[in-house]
Amino acid sequence: MSDHKVLLDVRGLKMHFPIRTGFFSKAKNFIYAVDGVDFQVRKGETLGLVGESGCGKSTTARAIAQLYKPTAGEVYLDKLDLTKASGQELLAARKNMQMVFQDPYASLNPRMTAGDIIAEPIRIFKKSGLMEASKDEIDDRVEQLMEKVGLSRFFKNRYPHEFSGGQRQRIGIARALALNPELILCDEPVSALDVSIQSQILNLFKDLQDEFGLTYLFIAHDLSVIKYVSTRVAVMYLGLIVEIADAKDLYKKPLHPYTEALLSAAPIPDPKIEAKRQRIILTGDVPSPDKQRPGCNFYDRCPKHMDICKRARPSLKEAEPRHQVSCFLYHKPE
Amino acid sequence: MSDEVILQVKDLKTYFTVDEGVVKAVDGVSFDLRRGETLGIVGESGSGKSVTNLSVINLIPTPPGKIAGGQVLFHGKDIFAMSSGEIREIRGNKISMIFQDPMTSLNPFLRISTQMVETIVLHQGLSSEEAKKKAIEMLKLAGIPAPEKRIDQYPHQFSGGMRQRVMIAMALSCNPEILIADEPTSALDVTIQAQILELMQELTHRLGTAVILITHSLGVVAGMCDTICVMYAGRIVERGRTEAIFETPRHPYTMGLIRSVPRLDQEAKGRLYSIPGQPPNVIDLPDCCPFYPRCEKAMDICKKKYPPVVSFDNDQSASCWLYTKEARNV
Repeated sequence: MSDHKVLLDVRGLKMHFPIRTGFFSKAKNFIYAVDGVDFQVRKGETLGLVGESGCGKSTTARAIAQLYKPTAGEVYLDKLDLTKASGQELLAARKNMQMVFQDPYASLNPRMTAGDIIAEPIRIFKKSGLMEASKDEIDDRVEQLMEKVGLSRFFKNRYPHEFSGGQRQRIGIARALALNPELILCDEPVSALDVSIQSQILNLFKDLQDEFGLTYLFIAHDLSVIKYVSTRVAVMYLGLIVEIADAKDLYKKPLHPYTEALLSAAPIPDPKIEAKRQRIILTGDVPSPDKQRPGCNFYDRCPKHMDICKRARPSLKEAEPRHQVSCFLYHKPE
Repeated sequence: MSDEVILQVKDLKTYFTVDEGVVKAVDGVSFDLRRGETLGIVGESGSGKSVTNLSVINLIPTPPGKIAGGQVLFHGKDIFAMSSGEIREIRGNKISMIFQDPMTSLNPFLRISTQMVETIVLHQGLSSEEAKKKAIEMLKLAGIPAPEKRIDQYPHQFSGGMRQRVMIAMALSCNPEILIADEPTSALDVTIQAQILELMQELTHRLGTAVILITHSLGVVAGMCDTICVMYAGRIVERGRTEAIFETPRHPYTMGLIRSVPRLDQEAKGRLYSIPGQPPNVIDLPDCCPFYPRCEKAMDICKKKYPPVVSFDNDQSASCWLYTKEARNV
């Protein structure tokens, strides 16, 4: 995988949201949702982004897609810096980058038929002169996409409420595929689904990747789902990436104390293993991202914290080959 | 866990009448709960897990809902035959509940103290000062720091995990014999889920409370429960001791469910197993096995009649034609 070209390059991405107390007042405080994130996604791989709610996973994906205007940093998609791109350039770039959202109930327009929802990206590109397609071509394409994601083409004229959650997620996936993108940003695409449906959708993601050579940025909070889909995994905590490594290394040998705790907290569906497991139970809750800390963000909950962690911020550095971690246990402060 | 059965559910049927027909949300569910036992009810959305447990404490909204048949015996007394006064004595006192979303089950306008003291005064006949002392003690047990101060705060001043701790403290404040926990950790993050599950396990063991734990997560039942019931389309399709269910699942649905979860402790290889199709709509279900359209092992008879319950050694049982004489004769 390492010889493949870098498709997405995120550098120093920051997304701060102002907290306004009154309509005209100037923002004094910020939510530091994403506070300096760097990573690369290579063509054909799946980078899993995992973390608890409020850690900034979804904000990262949305800031990459320019649904939010990032506070700072650059996002390169195939050499083009999206943060500085013009409206027209950005539209053209979106052909290569599509999103699948978490809630299949909220992300489909209830007044459009399944066929129209899937055709919409093509129609938008046709209208803005970036693509040529006749009405018949669009129809064919929609039918072909529906069969690809496992929906019968006879459902084309049905409305979203006539579909189950899993089928709706298939419509969302077909829509994301409509423009033949290279990169798909998947924001918790299976967390709203039942177990038996979840495995169907995960398999669909894998099959589509094999067939079209897709690249995924796959966000989930479920560690076992991330393990199943990812080639590499990045763990986020409070707006920062704390560890990033090949999936098998990260699960076999987690380095950051937070990753260790996350892995030990996730239940395993086997009573024999559960009975023997030693859990690292973290104390307290994830703190609010409303202030920037001088030290490590994980300091308050870390079972292995040292004096230095309170004063200085660790940075993401290689501790082992292809295994980066942001923790003073592995490298001395500068 | 002792052998004394404190709750018996016998052939419970709860139906809802809607415009499209009759929804048989729960259609003939039976199980026993022993003192101190932790029973897990697993199933996917719409399988009838929550309705079963709302029926147990007679909280089904009527209409549209209706208890169409069956009995729920608490210490041998039928809950459906009790007066509303008698049920109120039991509900929240002998049998208490925790729901999935702690924000919607706490009253946002009232301080935690008001809500907790009310329950304790009502059920235990303590004075309000004594009740407040007891409430503080329970909050402390539930791991809430500085309970003397926190008790006078409002629910929005607590985080999600802390609210669930308050709910647990509240539910256990009357020393109930049974705690019904309906997806208590599904809204919480993994690290907080681990905290809350550990807390529930520790407190209920200490107080000797029996627990009915409703969840869709196989991982959670594996770590928490003594026995498991697997529900599908309003019925229990398999039951048994937790180890037995995971080691030798008998019903094809249980087998499929266990195989379709990606595992943290195993290498990801190839495709995940997946059960084809969708769970059925429970409106006007035909009288056959509701799982047969998705079942790998479906036979002719599965389309015709609902399978009987087949018992195996070690207390396991499953509703499936595979293990009956009819199947062997085919």
